[in-house]
Amino acid sequence: MSDVLERTARPRPDTADEAALWDVVATVVDPEVPVLTIADLGVLRAVRREGSSVVVTITPTYSGCPAVDAISADVVQALRDAGHPDARVDVALAPAWTSDWMSEEGRRKLAEYGIAPPRRRVVDGVITLGLGVACPRCGSHHVRAVSHYGSTACKALYVCQRCQEPFDHFKDL
Amino acid sequence: MSAPLRREAHASSPEALAADVEAGTRADEAVARYALGLGDDALVLAQRLGEWIANAPELEEDMALGNIGLDLLGHARSLLTYAGSAWGRTEDDLAYFRDEPEFRCRQIFELPIGDFGFTIARQLVVSAYFRGLYRQLTGSADPVLAAIASKAVKEVAYHLEHAEGWIRRLGLGTDESHRRMQAGLDAVWPHVEELFSPDPAAVPGVSADLDAVRAEWDGIVPAAIRGAGLRVPEAPAARGGGREGVHDESFGHLLAEMQVLARSHPGATW
Repeated sequence: MSDVLERTARPRPDTADEAALWDVVATVVDPEVPVLTIADLGVLRAVRREGSSVVVTITPTYSGCPAVDAISADVVQALRDAGHPDARVDVALAPAWTSDWMSEEGRRKLAEYGIAPPRRRVVDGVITLGLGVACPRCGSHHVRAVSHYGSTACKALYVCQRCQEPFDHFKDL
Repeated sequence: MSAPLRREAHASSPEALAADVEAGTRADEAVARYALGLGDDALVLAQRLGEWIANAPELEEDMALGNIGLDLLGHARSLLTYAGSAWGRTEDDLAYFRDEPEFRCRQIFELPIGDFGFTIARQLVVSAYFRGLYRQLTGSADPVLAAIASKAVKEVAYHLEHAEGWIRRLGLGTDESHRRMQAGLDAVWPHVEELFSPDPAAVPGVSADLDAVRAEWDGIVPAAIRGAGLRVPEAPAARGGGREGVHDESFGHLLAEMQVLARSHPGATW
């Protein structure tokens, strides 16, 4: 992942105080895919102090993502547990989330969890020709898309033609 | 639909967003009227697609149509929240406590789901429209509408792919699937004109240029239909009038189902 893309995907604050708050919030996991943190996903957009309160900005992966409310509640709880009772969560729609913001670590954890990670669409400003989706179990690219839509808005349903296992693919968006 | 969160857009950075929110971002009255129509289109189609859950031809389609509806509901929530900010009304106030003539959806979105062929025909027509519409709106002079569109445009591209896949499968499938897919197209076609008729709430510089949307649509939909071995219908335009609050009889039934809980138990939460 390029430095520029990484900084866009995970804009951890520069000041020590706000960076520490970021690290607290960055431990919150996605309720639908609990191996990924909101920082891995690129859903965590900003953490800052506003007087005595902490303001966190997140962005949804999809417009109708029902996990947004759960994530917001978990963020407030994580800050409260860390001694910051006065916290607020804002939801921003722009810049629009892209699966290119998912961290390398996140992609690895996702594949281990049995979900094929999204393919990179842009690498260092160059639009790549995507390889096919690989089966997260046997690694084969001999796979078939069963449905554009899987168990959540962000996933599609595939089946591996080699090991015959069905699996989810985290869609490229 | 209950969002205690601030659903604001920011053109440059979260800090800019925070400043906007502190300053009390409100939609301009004219922009709010425009956003209301777009929000109603998305909301009403989301409600219709939800009717397929547990009724689609296969489980994967329950999920696909449900997920497409969920994306549309997301667009509706943003648009209605923004529209309502001009009048001190929430997304829930607008969704649950307006009557038929107050809704501004174009009629194609409210028509009953029909059979799977009709639903796919409508999905093809409106997904191609949405993609052009939101692509146009990413350049809107209104930053909140541009932000909502920048998110939505990527999602509706998936919706279009879904519809194109099914048109091809059904059009080139069996005699029965071909016949029903053609019947679906024939039934939806009279409502295409209204989709591109001038929006009475249009705001120059802010709203989408419908001629440009139509040009993009013309490059997609007829080719998809012909590619599936089907005929592009020719039909006189239906009366329309959705943007003026004129609706199909079935729309009242849709609202009854959508609104009954909120009206029976105002303010209920869980």
